[in-house]
Amino acid sequence: MVVSQEQLTKQFNAYVADDKKIEPKDWMPDAYRKTLVRQISQHAHSEIIGMLPEGAWITRAPSLKRKAILLAKVQDEAGHGLYLYSACETLGVERDDLVADLLSGKAKYSSIFNYPSKTWADIGAIGWLVDGAAIMNQVPLCRCSYGPYARAMVRVCKEESFHQRQGYTIMMELMKGTKEQRDMAQDALNRWWWPSLMMFGPSDKDSKHSAQSMSWNIKRFSNDELRQRMVDMTVPQAELIGLKIPDPDLKWNEKKGGYDFGEINWDEFYEVIAGNGPCNEERLEARNKAHDDGEWVRKAAMAYAEKH
Amino acid sequence: MSEKKNNWPLWEVFIRSRQGLGHRHVGSLHAADAEMAIGNARDVYTRRQEGVSIWVVPAEEITASSPDDSEALYDPANDKVYRHPTFFDLPDEVNHM
Repeated sequence: MVVSQEQLTKQFNAYVADDKKIEPKDWMPDAYRKTLVRQISQHAHSEIIGMLPEGAWITRAPSLKRKAILLAKVQDEAGHGLYLYSACETLGVERDDLVADLLSGKAKYSSIFNYPSKTWADIGAIGWLVDGAAIMNQVPLCRCSYGPYARAMVRVCKEESFHQRQGYTIMMELMKGTKEQRDMAQDALNRWWWPSLMMFGPSDKDSKHSAQSMSWNIKRFSNDELRQRMVDMTVPQAELIGLKIPDPDLKWNEKKGGYDFGEINWDEFYEVIAGNGPCNEERLEARNKAHDDGEWVRKAAMAYAEKH
Repeated sequence: MSEKKNNWPLWEVFIRSRQGLGHRHVGSLHAADAEMAIGNARDVYTRRQEGVSIWVVPAEEITASSPDDSEALYDPANDKVYRHPTFFDLPDEVNHM
């Protein structure tokens, strides 16, 4: 019996709406597949590019303990990228093509990594805020309708809370230190606060993919819902160690049981996405250089494998 | 663009998380050969003692059933409800069965 695309799509939509999982060989609408390839590959690229701002501080970490911890953290990010590329490949795309799109600048990755990590406190702020926001985004993805993506997210989330704690404790230690160290922590928070809130993406009213992704159970909560949770969770954490959130409009709203906060600078957000952030070029250059420098290793390994 | 391709084959990775359990599929990776695949699997999938044994299998060597055959493969099992112990009604007095 020949079933029309329309019927298949209808069945598919009902199936995912019923909270059931889709596996690689199952029939899925092209748009669902495309959405997943875009989202999972962007997510993978973000993990890979995300190693750069932190990697820059491995050699400059203030103690052997912190160096070892940061090294392990950055290695985890590489692992997360690989889980995600693996999940993405189950959709019928090739890893080398995904990587080529990243290297050529065609593919996007999270804009947050286009900001510089200027001081050691930035490593604290990144772990605390950037990984914190990532956790907020990723926990609901563990229940995403696409099985391989959901399973990759479970692995990622298990590892992510170590990342956030290592960041927060860097901030804690600095806040117990000299005035200079406390200022450094505050300065890092000032620079990373707003970009971290931008990580949840455009406001719901401007988010072009959100509604469809939510109906497919890829996405479970809207950008603004997750952003609100991030603010509500983070403000007390900042207060506890004496940091001040750089937002004059931040105010507890008893009625909604959450904080009201200031308007995000969306012009900046779109500028960084468009490639005009402080480090866009530097990141891609570094990634391309690493890839090119590894060329002979990949070739040698292949030649060895063919010979033996 | 072809120089950007390394064409290392894809390997599926299976991990035994501890003695007494079977190997379980955890994901895939690319490697030039089996030895490298084991090494990469160790780094990618067992950074936190998630395993005591690793299998790697070239992805192209795996034959998988198709979802289109689900009916033919799995439906007949539905007819044989007597395979389940709950099919049989026993008097309340009968224990340990």
